[in-house]
Amino acid sequence: MWEFTSPRKILFGEDALEYLKEIEGNKALIITGKTVKKLGFAEKVSKYLEEAGLQTKTFDEVEPEPSIETIVKGAKLAKEYGPDWLIGLGGGSNMDAAKAIWVLYERPDMEVGAISPLEKLGLRNKAKLICIPTTSGSGSEATWATIITDSAGRTKLELASKELVPDIVILDPQFPKFMPPRLTSDSGMDALVHSMEAYVNQWRNDFSNAMAIGAIKIIFEYLPRAYNNPDDIEAREKMHVAATMSGLAFGNSQAGLAHSMGHALGAIFKIPHGRTVGMLLPYVIKYNVGKTAELYVEIAKSIGIQANTNQKYIETLIQAVKDLMEKVSVPFSIKDMGLDWKTFASELDELINRAMVSSETITNPRIPDEEELKRLFTYAFNCTEVDF
Amino acid sequence: MGYEEKLLFLSEEWVKRFVEELNKNQIYFEAAKDWEGDFLFIVNTGPKVKSEIILYLDLWHGKCQDYKILPDRSAKKTEFIFEGSYENWEKLAKGELDPIKALLVRKFKLSGSMSKIMRNVKAASELAKNCNRVPTRFL
Repeated sequence: MWEFTSPRKILFGEDALEYLKEIEGNKALIITGKTVKKLGFAEKVSKYLEEAGLQTKTFDEVEPEPSIETIVKGAKLAKEYGPDWLIGLGGGSNMDAAKAIWVLYERPDMEVGAISPLEKLGLRNKAKLICIPTTSGSGSEATWATIITDSAGRTKLELASKELVPDIVILDPQFPKFMPPRLTSDSGMDALVHSMEAYVNQWRNDFSNAMAIGAIKIIFEYLPRAYNNPDDIEAREKMHVAATMSGLAFGNSQAGLAHSMGHALGAIFKIPHGRTVGMLLPYVIKYNVGKTAELYVEIAKSIGIQANTNQKYIETLIQAVKDLMEKVSVPFSIKDMGLDWKTFASELDELINRAMVSSETITNPRIPDEEELKRLFTYAFNCTEVDF
Repeated sequence: MGYEEKLLFLSEEWVKRFVEELNKNQIYFEAAKDWEGDFLFIVNTGPKVKSEIILYLDLWHGKCQDYKILPDRSAKKTEFIFEGSYENWEKLAKGELDPIKALLVRKFKLSGSMSKIMRNVKAASELAKNCNRVPTRFL
């Protein structure tokens, strides 16, 4: 037995935001960050909700990689205000924060770290959750996970509960068109890695496969367009949809080794998540291929690659990933991200430790030991092709 | 090639061998080197099992420092209880069921902090895989 969990309703396309005018309720708390608020997005959301007759308040203190302190602060505000809708507005951090604030609002007896798939949270007694992503990549709007950083700042709590999947998701391309090219690239590569890793994961299933393959096709076609022309509204809309499809894919399967290694790299060296996982993808495909060649061949076929042998399919797929990376300016190695060997090597053991204990490593089609992880990180630093 | 007698899953002999193998399992040791916590592993009653099988394991920093088959679940209070049917235990021991996925789909029930388990998924996975090191026969 396995299950596929998804938001109850996904509105998408131009003017999808107008759905907010149909929301029934009394009060909404918009949870977001300073940048999103500065861009006027919170005000826009608030305006539609007010048209629906709701009072609104905005909590705009979510930082990138939100801390437990921010969650507690947001939950305190929610408790005082008493909303029946929470709105997570922004990128993955803002939506993750909205999920965690929601839990503490509904369950003041709980601590953030106690959120788990086996804990009955009993959400939706006080409020429901709407997620409105403004970037196209994290997939948080479609998943049951929330990543919160502990006070020390170096440990990320990867928390999950099926109850955290939002009730409603609104995918309006008017938001991602404000993303600068760098963010378009980082978030788009994150979505690509979500879908490719979900497709080859040990927890793959027919539902997640369909979402993954659908997303991969869209991303290869539309990411370069969105990157080159921020106002290409069709590309923006397609990438926004693909990111959510990727979320549905890996949320119901799992991400893999590029994510566990990428999380470690990103956290230790403060490199944007999408950039680390994107850079690692070709190395991880090459590493996995002995275990899952036929699945990578299926991916290759889905994006129109034609070849005579499996090996040729896979070589061409890796090249297609690299071509896409080049088009959207993703570095090919850790070295290319500006790190010198001494700095990198001083944290190599910590990188390995973190990647080793991640659930994404355990569900990867090929599970590395410490020595293999060391080689993978080192190869990725030096831009060496994986040969083991 | 020598013949090795297969031990009945979760019998005294099987558990003894399981612990011996675990304590020399370097992969488990590395994965669980920070783990501190004891378990009751319980096989619930069902068609193949007339009374519960209760295995106590005290797992500490990559080693098992104590183990026992107990007469009933009240004989020892532990930080974790992991329980399921004999059929699901068999699948887990054969590597047909992933321990974390098994919890998520409620094939097994866990009492204790799931968050702590989720921070140690590699250790959980290697603990289950350690069953493969014991020549096993099932009911």
